[in-house]
Amino acid sequence: MKILVPFKSVPDPNDATFAGEAASASKSVINPFDEIAIEEALRIRERGEATEIVGVTIGAPSVDEQIRAALAMGVDRAIRIDDARALDPYAVARILRAVVEKEAPHVVIMGKQAVDDDSNQVGQILAGLLGWPQATFVSSIEFLDNKTRARCTRETDAGLEVVELDLPAIITTDLRLNEPRYVSLPGLIRARRKPIEVLTCDQVGVNVRPLTTVLAVARPPKRPAGTRVESVEELITKLKQEAKVI
Amino acid sequence: MAESLVLIEHDRQQVKRSSLHAITLAQQLGGEYELLVIGHVVNKISSSLVSLGATSVIVADDPALAEPLADRYATVIAEAVRKSGAKNILGTSSTFSKDILPRAAALLDAPMVTDVVAIEQMDGSISYRRPINAGSMFAKVKVEGERRVLTVRAAAFETPAANAAPCPIVRFDVDAESLPNGMRFISREERKSDRPDLTEARVVVSGGRPLKDKETFERLVGGLADALGGAIGATRAAVDAGMAPNDYQIGQTGKVVAPELYIALGISGAIQHLAGIKDSRIIVAINKDPDAPICQTATYFLVGDLYQIVPQLIESIRRA
Ligand SMILES: Cc1cc2nc3c(=O)[nH]c(=O)nc-3n(C[C@@H](O)[C@H](O)[C@H](O)COP(=O)(O)OP(=O)(O)OC[C@H]3O[C@@H](n4cnc5c(N)ncnc54)[C@H](O)[C@@H]3O)c2cc1C
Ligand SMILES: Cc1cc2nc3c(=O)[nH]c(=O)nc-3n(C[C@H](O)[C@H](O)[C@H](O)COP(=O)(O)OP(=O)(O)OC[C@H]3O[C@@H](n4cnc5c(N)ncnc54)[C@H](O)[C@@H]3O)c2cc1C
Repeated sequence: MKILVPFKSVPDPNDATFAGEAASASKSVINPFDEIAIEEALRIRERGEATEIVGVTIGAPSVDEQIRAALAMGVDRAIRIDDARALDPYAVARILRAVVEKEAPHVVIMGKQAVDDDSNQVGQILAGLLGWPQATFVSSIEFLDNKTRARCTRETDAGLEVVELDLPAIITTDLRLNEPRYVSLPGLIRARRKPIEVLTCDQVGVNVRPLTTVLAVARPPKRPAGTRVESVEELITKLKQEAKVI
Repeated sequence: MAESLVLIEHDRQQVKRSSLHAITLAQQLGGEYELLVIGHVVNKISSSLVSLGATSVIVADDPALAEPLADRYATVIAEAVRKSGAKNILGTSSTFSKDILPRAAALLDAPMVTDVVAIEQMDGSISYRRPINAGSMFAKVKVEGERRVLTVRAAAFETPAANAAPCPIVRFDVDAESLPNGMRFISREERKSDRPDLTEARVVVSGGRPLKDKETFERLVGGLADALGGAIGATRAAVDAGMAPNDYQIGQTGKVVAPELYIALGISGAIQHLAGIKDSRIIVAINKDPDAPICQTATYFLVGDLYQIVPQLIESIRRA
């Protein structure tokens, strides 16, 4: 079985500058949900159910550091679609469709959302474009019937839901699917010898233009600083008399 | 011809109230709008929607649609949109709409904007405001194309009035044979709770990492919630540790709440958590660390050990 893992390079959510105008200037990392997708692919291979894991990312050469990190975790080879434009989920999914058609994986595992733009769209759009089954917000994956089907548990607003998909299919990850491993030094050394294929949209045969334009980015109004209260009685009085909520 | 089509969410028994908030965006966008209900045996659900000002309630009712499988639902939505000619396809942000609407957008070759909190109309062009970077920033975006799919944050749009003259309920015929067949629903873990729905509650009490285990969490967070008639929420740390189920998680990747009163017990206030509570009217934090970031965001904070404070708080509220 061959697994394709799309991953996005995002500003580090643990960096202090993540929450603000300078986010794009902070250190980049693999989108945490995509890291979970990579980890899951590795575990599937480790239990003998996958033979190859291919990573793909769309971006400028500056994302090479995240590609090396993915290869160091254990991804076999990577593709970078060289595109420095500000893409929207519409365009990203159409570029990924071309890569899926070229690579013909049995399953695509990817993050449910990118933590910078929070769109939560790409996996579902990709599934729709390909006409493949999808399982979103997944917290467990099991392959059945000689890997012709996947049984997935999904985290929904109401609790947990189990669905079965015929393969090939798209699976998007939620936080509790696994805890990604750290990159090891031998992993980093091995990663240096692993191939990164750089292709243009032209070379994968896709001609797409984003339909979304970001006109402005601004901070939301700040909540006024909090009032410290000294006791349970004072808190209750404030809630009753000042805030009038209880 | 309707300008907008609003996807209504339900749990097979009744309409999910928050899914009605998208109707308010349809009203702001102007023009006529239709409501779409998909499912099986949804007569009661459909008839509860007739006075919301829509031109019609479109109902796709078929045994093949009994469970919300994304491939089938997206196909039905795309067909209904083509038939109605709607330019805006709307839903309220939830795991239901986030699963299905992007797929429908793919079938309609339309762009999509997630989590709209406001629109701005200028010279006939519309821009949408949405949170990015865990709600720490807002982006103002515009989209091209003949059609667009939009999800709204429930907290940012009111519940629409339900006093219009009743509209017709129109059956949308589904050819079950031609629907996709690659996904199967297996099971759902239903948890019955007497507490209000988290996203609709007037009061939400949430707990974080120091709540230790399920029993303690239930005793303190549950106890305070019950004293106030509220719902329970949790941080990712509490859910990961098994103190609370996944659907209690509030934040960037969980639920977004905007109650009148939000009480955070032993929660540090990471931006990923704040992303889900910022629009609450009053926020109370109980934390032993006065420098915890939550104290900056809270309306009131009380510094101390929650194991001492919460039982006193429950006592005082019960007595009052
Ligand atoms: C300040 C700012 C300005 C912007 N300006 C513009 C603009 O002018 N025009 C515009 O169109 N967009 C713009 N964007 C948004 C854009 O760059 C988003 O990254 C893009 O819309 C994808 O959305 P998402 O990452 O939220 O997708 P999601 O749907 O949240 O992503 C889900 C998954 O899709 C995959 N994925 C997403 N992106 C990639 C990728 N590049 N490579 C591989 N896999 C990927 C990953 O697996 C990810 O987990 C801007 C963003 C910011 C913050
Ligand atoms: C991709 C990604 C997505 C995420 N999504 C979410 C999300 O949706 N929701 C979410 O909540 N988190 C999310 N997180 C996690 C988030 O970053 C924080 O790690 C998490 O919110 C911390 O939870 P906490 O406040 O319970 O724990 P901690 O940060 O450990 O805070 C515990 C607090 O309790 C206080 N405390 C300890 N003991 C006591 C006591 N006896 N009495 C009173 N106070 C006490 C401490 O002072 C501290 O402030 C996400 C993270 C990532 C990377």
